[in-house]
Amino acid sequence: MERSSYTSTTNACKLCKPLGACLAFRGIEGAVPMLHGSQGCATYMRRYIISHFREPMDIASSSLGEKHAVYGGGPNLKQGLQNVMAKFGAKLIGVATTCLTETIGDDVPMIVKEFRNEMRQSGVLQLPALVTVSTPSYSGTHMEGFHAAVRAVVEQLSDDRSCAHMLNLLPGFLSPEDLRYLKEVVDDFRYPSVILPDFSMTLDGPALEDCEKIPRGGTPIEDIRRMGGADATFEFGSTLEDCQTAGKYLDKHFGVVLHGMGIPIGIRETDVFFGALEQLSGKECPEKHALEKGRLIDSYVDAHKYLFGKRAVVYGEEDMVVALTSFLCEVGITPVLCASGGRSGRFEQAIERVTAGIAPQSPAVHEGMDFQEIEELARGLSPDLLIGHSKGYTLARKLGIPLVRVGFPIHDRFGGQRILHVGYRGTQSLLDRIVNALLEGSQNESPVGYAYM
Amino acid sequence: MSTAEAVIFKERSGQIHRKGQEPFEMDCNRESLAGAVSQRACVFCGSRVVLYPIADALHLVHGPIGCAAYTWDIRGALSSGPALHRLSFSTDLQEIDVIFGGEEKLYRALTELIDRHHPKAAFVYSTCIVGIIGDDLESVCRRVAEEKKIPVIPVQSEGFKGNKREGYSAACKAMFRLVGTGDTTGIPALSVNILGDFNLAGELWIIRDYFKKMGVETVANITGDGRVEDIMRAHGAALNLVQCSGATVELAKMMKESFGIPFKRVSYFGVEDMAQALYDVAEFFRDKDPGIIERTRQLVKDELSVLYPELQKFRKDLEGKKAAIYVGGAFKAFSLVKAFRLLGMQVVMVGSQTGTEEDYRDLHEITDEGTIIVDDSNPLELAGFLKEKECDIFVGGVKERPIAYKLGVGFCDHNHERKQPLEGFVGMLNFAREVHCSVMSPVWRFVPRRKEKA
Repeated sequence: MERSSYTSTTNACKLCKPLGACLAFRGIEGAVPMLHGSQGCATYMRRYIISHFREPMDIASSSLGEKHAVYGGGPNLKQGLQNVMAKFGAKLIGVATTCLTETIGDDVPMIVKEFRNEMRQSGVLQLPALVTVSTPSYSGTHMEGFHAAVRAVVEQLSDDRSCAHMLNLLPGFLSPEDLRYLKEVVDDFRYPSVILPDFSMTLDGPALEDCEKIPRGGTPIEDIRRMGGADATFEFGSTLEDCQTAGKYLDKHFGVVLHGMGIPIGIRETDVFFGALEQLSGKECPEKHALEKGRLIDSYVDAHKYLFGKRAVVYGEEDMVVALTSFLCEVGITPVLCASGGRSGRFEQAIERVTAGIAPQSPAVHEGMDFQEIEELARGLSPDLLIGHSKGYTLARKLGIPLVRVGFPIHDRFGGQRILHVGYRGTQSLLDRIVNALLEGSQNESPVGYAYM
Repeated sequence: MSTAEAVIFKERSGQIHRKGQEPFEMDCNRESLAGAVSQRACVFCGSRVVLYPIADALHLVHGPIGCAAYTWDIRGALSSGPALHRLSFSTDLQEIDVIFGGEEKLYRALTELIDRHHPKAAFVYSTCIVGIIGDDLESVCRRVAEEKKIPVIPVQSEGFKGNKREGYSAACKAMFRLVGTGDTTGIPALSVNILGDFNLAGELWIIRDYFKKMGVETVANITGDGRVEDIMRAHGAALNLVQCSGATVELAKMMKESFGIPFKRVSYFGVEDMAQALYDVAEFFRDKDPGIIERTRQLVKDELSVLYPELQKFRKDLEGKKAAIYVGGAFKAFSLVKAFRLLGMQVVMVGSQTGTEEDYRDLHEITDEGTIIVDDSNPLELAGFLKEKECDIFVGGVKERPIAYKLGVGFCDHNHERKQPLEGFVGMLNFAREVHCSVMSPVWRFVPRRKEKA
């Protein structure tokens, strides 16, 4: 399908790179994300993230002003680091750059190195781990920022080669509920693991006696240090071939075998994940999960007539779209448009992989799209439903079709942080929600008022 | 040392004052402290909030995608007609643009968007990176304005060039380019412009309606349900009413200087300030129309006779409860202090992101002994204050909400995302209802920190 080529962007279907880095840093125990840039970036991202997770999200900033933009932001960054150390008691500070500091040419690794030396000279021996990552907003989306931060953490912290009987699980950007589920699955295989990042607690924490300065939970730094000695790495994402990921680094640098796989949504992709776990652990899939798979297949059958031939537009982060598309094909929904604001260069090929031989037709696949373009294409495709984050609501409303909310951000519904997408269980939940969204639509449209669908 | 003091940065101690402990003195309007997690945004944010509600203008953000993405349709500024402001336009600058300059891309994006949407004017916002690579916005805008025959106005809102205040100023300068370019025929003697009201949840319509009942016509809403043509003829109004003075008083001053239009500072929040605003307007026009005083009295009386009995119901439950306030601009804080008093509640902490020394001095005047007054605070401090003062409710925005909730403290959204009007007399009732529904909720008895007390 032809797409018009616009210069301007209207209603972007992506976010900026440092946001992804901040989210990744948030998933490490005792970590405070910090942006080297002007104050607004941190505040805007906090607000965006808080609106989804409904949790505190502190992002420190080096708060650069005009003179720092001219003379360099080093002194502010150092002061900021010191303040975060002093008041938050951070075990790790993850420093991500912004377009401002990349463009003025601040050498952040150098500044941090200087900072370490200065601290040492002034007698401060116990420094938190300081991780830096380059995330200029003018190159790549929040997902590149997320992966870059995870890689930076591993590159800069994993120093222990000694054999660690465990699995490195690099899930990418999933929900806290997804992360809890993944932990449960790996635990059920009785296999030790480290999940990086893990914001299942830090971005979805319980009510406590106090508002913690840094929320508890997150991947322990000690575990990250040992990732180089792990038995294997599972890394989710179908479009990461050209991305410098943590999994690739661990493979290349430490020889930890990398198993790249799609985000496990739908039966086929989840089978790959469970299959890899079976192989690694030498154990069969625990009965609990085998039963969940059985019930999922059973409900595929129960649902199939509601879904067959329904046309779906799927949008969002590339890897999430690929996984959802794979699942939709399995239940007879026809994905007609797969769109993302990202530009991995691998999107089309990944969609082809999951639709070939199962979808009645290949969907239109487009990278680098905004909602203006998605709307123009969608109008010609007469979709029955939209699947994606809540920024597609306006389009769903215009088209008069249901939107099934998944991923990030969910700014117009409650519980976005607790949406389960992955595994047999997550697929079950998605299936139920999709069927019900379609049933609700046809029920509301019917003049009869059926009370029995 | 109290928990709050433990988290206060030495550098920030001058920005916190406890009434009664020492004579009033406060530092403010300082750069945010690095690493302190300020709740402030940037220059761009300041410009964007002020200009955003101009609904028939194109708002193009010249920069990488984040600045536009994070400001896409997040504010509740309603429009009675066109809604171009709810779309998020960006040049989405890429690395190559940073290297070779983004002027050509800006030109093409502007042309494309103007052709598609036919706006009455276009605002082009500069972002951090544009300030560094040095794109000449002025010349691109001039070129497009000539070609497309609409005003195309650059907004000097590079994020790092100050804080929100500088952004307000850039927005005022941008709007002032429009003022005085339209036809003022037909504007009656009793006429006002409304500045610094953003028509959140339709608030401005409530206020306009009051003025209409008083016999006063609103020429331009300017910053709420705004229209380019209204702003162009705004210089024909007899009086400018400035709410949220931090944001728009500069425009009022420019209009006074160039067109001789006097201005009055007002607030439409709470009963006292709302009534005062109406009386001030009536007083201003009494020479031209003596009957306006009586009409205004009647209006206030009618509204209050409905409002007061309703408020008493809430007051019964809320009497003696403690409130904390942290808002963007200080003007809102004054009205809130008074509004809480009307509900029988005590304000124990009040702060703002960008208040002036004068603002804080005035707050100091109207608050009770022991009240904490704070400038440019951060989550650690705010959490400390809430705990120390054992607050029942916190008023703020999205970023403050989780602090309250994690501490088991009620919360009232008083920011730009709100979906119900809090201005006007009816707004006071909504405010009371919202405070009541949070303070009186049974959920707090389950929250660990408040379990025993409840």
